[in-house]
Amino acid sequence: MEIVLVGLNHRTAPVEVRERVSFTTEQAKRAAEELRARGILEETLVLSTCNRSEVYGVPPESSHECAPGLSTFLSEFHSVRPDILSVSLYHHYDREAVRHLFRVAAGLDSMLLGEAEILGQVREAYRFAHEHGATGPVLNRLFQGALEVGKRVRTETELGTRPMSVASAGVKLAERIFGKLSERKALVLGAGTISEQVVSHLRDRGIAQLQVMNRSWDRADVLAKEFGGKVIGWGEWDTALQSPDVVVSSVSAEEPVLRRDIVERAMAARGNRALFLMDLGVPRNIDPGVGELYNVYVYNTDDLSEIVQQNRNARESEIPLAQGIVDEHVAKFLSWQASVELVGLVDALRIKMREERASFIRARMEPMKHLTETDRAHVEKLMDEMLEKLLLGPAERLRGEKELRRKIQNVEALRDLFLSNREKP
Amino acid sequence: MNHLFPILTALAYLVSFGLYIRFLGTGNKLTGRLGTLLLGLGLIVHYFALLERSRGLHTVPYHDLYGSMSLFGWLLALTYLGLELYHRQRSVGAFVLPFILVFFLAAHLAPADRLSPPAAHGVVFAFHVTLSILAYAAFALSFVLSLIFLGEERLLRSHKLGEVVWRLPPLELLDQMSRSSVLVGLISIAIGTTLGFVSVDRLPGQNSFYDPKYVITLLVLALYALYFRLAGTTAWRGARASRLCIFNFVIVVLSFTVVNLYLSHSHRYF
Repeated sequence: MEIVLVGLNHRTAPVEVRERVSFTTEQAKRAAEELRARGILEETLVLSTCNRSEVYGVPPESSHECAPGLSTFLSEFHSVRPDILSVSLYHHYDREAVRHLFRVAAGLDSMLLGEAEILGQVREAYRFAHEHGATGPVLNRLFQGALEVGKRVRTETELGTRPMSVASAGVKLAERIFGKLSERKALVLGAGTISEQVVSHLRDRGIAQLQVMNRSWDRADVLAKEFGGKVIGWGEWDTALQSPDVVVSSVSAEEPVLRRDIVERAMAARGNRALFLMDLGVPRNIDPGVGELYNVYVYNTDDLSEIVQQNRNARESEIPLAQGIVDEHVAKFLSWQASVELVGLVDALRIKMREERASFIRARMEPMKHLTETDRAHVEKLMDEMLEKLLLGPAERLRGEKELRRKIQNVEALRDLFLSNREKP
Repeated sequence: MNHLFPILTALAYLVSFGLYIRFLGTGNKLTGRLGTLLLGLGLIVHYFALLERSRGLHTVPYHDLYGSMSLFGWLLALTYLGLELYHRQRSVGAFVLPFILVFFLAAHLAPADRLSPPAAHGVVFAFHVTLSILAYAAFALSFVLSLIFLGEERLLRSHKLGEVVWRLPPLELLDQMSRSSVLVGLISIAIGTTLGFVSVDRLPGQNSFYDPKYVITLLVLALYALYFRLAGTTAWRGARASRLCIFNFVIVVLSFTVVNLYLSHSHRYF
């Protein structure tokens, strides 16, 4: 019932290696089937995201013994030379494997600390493996635990709540003013990469309407079509600024594009309805005086970068809390694992003692011809009762006492002590 | 008099306040829900505290300053809880609970009643007083919401967000909550004032319509109606409307204190 993990991630492998070792869902299914068919693993789960490829499994024998076989399998499966792969792969066993997965689910092992997507990816990988019968009792319990850890970390800590990029910080700030953006309109000035990033965030937050204004109509049209928006002619400020709640500006210009008088006129026309302006241009696209206007909120790149830095610090300060949740669940899982293993050991002992009892009674009672069948049955029953009494107490205690299970660190040693290889469960 | 209900009420409000503060600090949803639950429990126990006292004294809760303040605290809690559930927004709880607690606890410090009992009584009069206090509670709530609005707006404009801005409700939601609260107050005060005039009209031989309280109540009604209009659609929306709301509440406090105690001859603690 040991657990093995072999994998690589953004810390151990460059993107060139990661992309070669990633799994499509079809490949993940095939890999899991092959690993079980070859007898390398009894339970298997493949977790593959853009930043990591990991194979979790329960080997039939010792986890340490199966790890090299797993590495070789990965090398063959993806046709990557073993020497390239070996420097990037990490191997974790039992406690460390459990801890690693729980940290992954918590977002503590992500490139962007506390990112939310990983929990969905873990959930999806588990659902897929479970549906295809690749998991068993151990991995089921392990991944259910991981999902619980991820959920708890997200509800009980602030690890994933704060925006970590300038674009997302700007969008989150807009939500501080307007609430949900699903009934709001946005105007994007410029059609470059930065504009695209912000538009992507706005769309994720459900922005109701998007308008794009750019000096080049064609580029504006491409961006508008990609995100389901419409294009407005460059410089038509009175029309353009009348309806949007959020304006994002990222154009190359020596002078501010949005002058104070333009915004002042627009605010009068819109009855002072609040306007959030995100100035991502360098040099700035929005006249600093615009920020003094009533109900106008202006944030430039520096303001947003500062917020991102504050958020990064805030997220990092949450690490101990999240780690505490991970450790709590690791202990819980290991306790469950030990209880299952120990109860299995007691059951094996019981079977062995019954066998011993049968041969013992046969040998010792053979000379006792004076005993009737009833006497013999009585003696056998007494011995059965004694054996049950001897094993029942410890079995009950193992089921009920976590502390006792924690003390019995090495179940394997107990097995070796009492059982031969043939008798091991 | 049995002190069990008042003690339990104070305890429930106090724990609820602590939980709301913790919710504001950590964002833990469970803590927020517990805060709401404790506030709900506090409301129930507070109701029984008011009921028990009224039964003991054989009078209505607003008969003296103690009961009037306690009833105000209860209605404030009730209005806030309704607003919280309607707008699904708990972050404001940490700011409203101190007011509820202060009114509930300060009621115990109120001096003994020395004023003569009101001339009017009966169901219409009871509704007049209760609805008037409900209106004051709703206006108090809009006052708190406007203060939060102005604080948050200032932080957003100065780009000094800190920790708390991420937890406070969005500005537009605060504005909506404030308007909802004022709407409750406007309806209550309009009906309450009408019922007040009906009560006066029914009094034998006393048909005075020249109490300064009437003037200030109509002024309060007009000012809040103006706020409601300006905050919704015109160039005053936002911080200016919030400032007007705060100013209006100053008039309410004047009406509740100076006018009641020193100028009005037929109003006492409501």
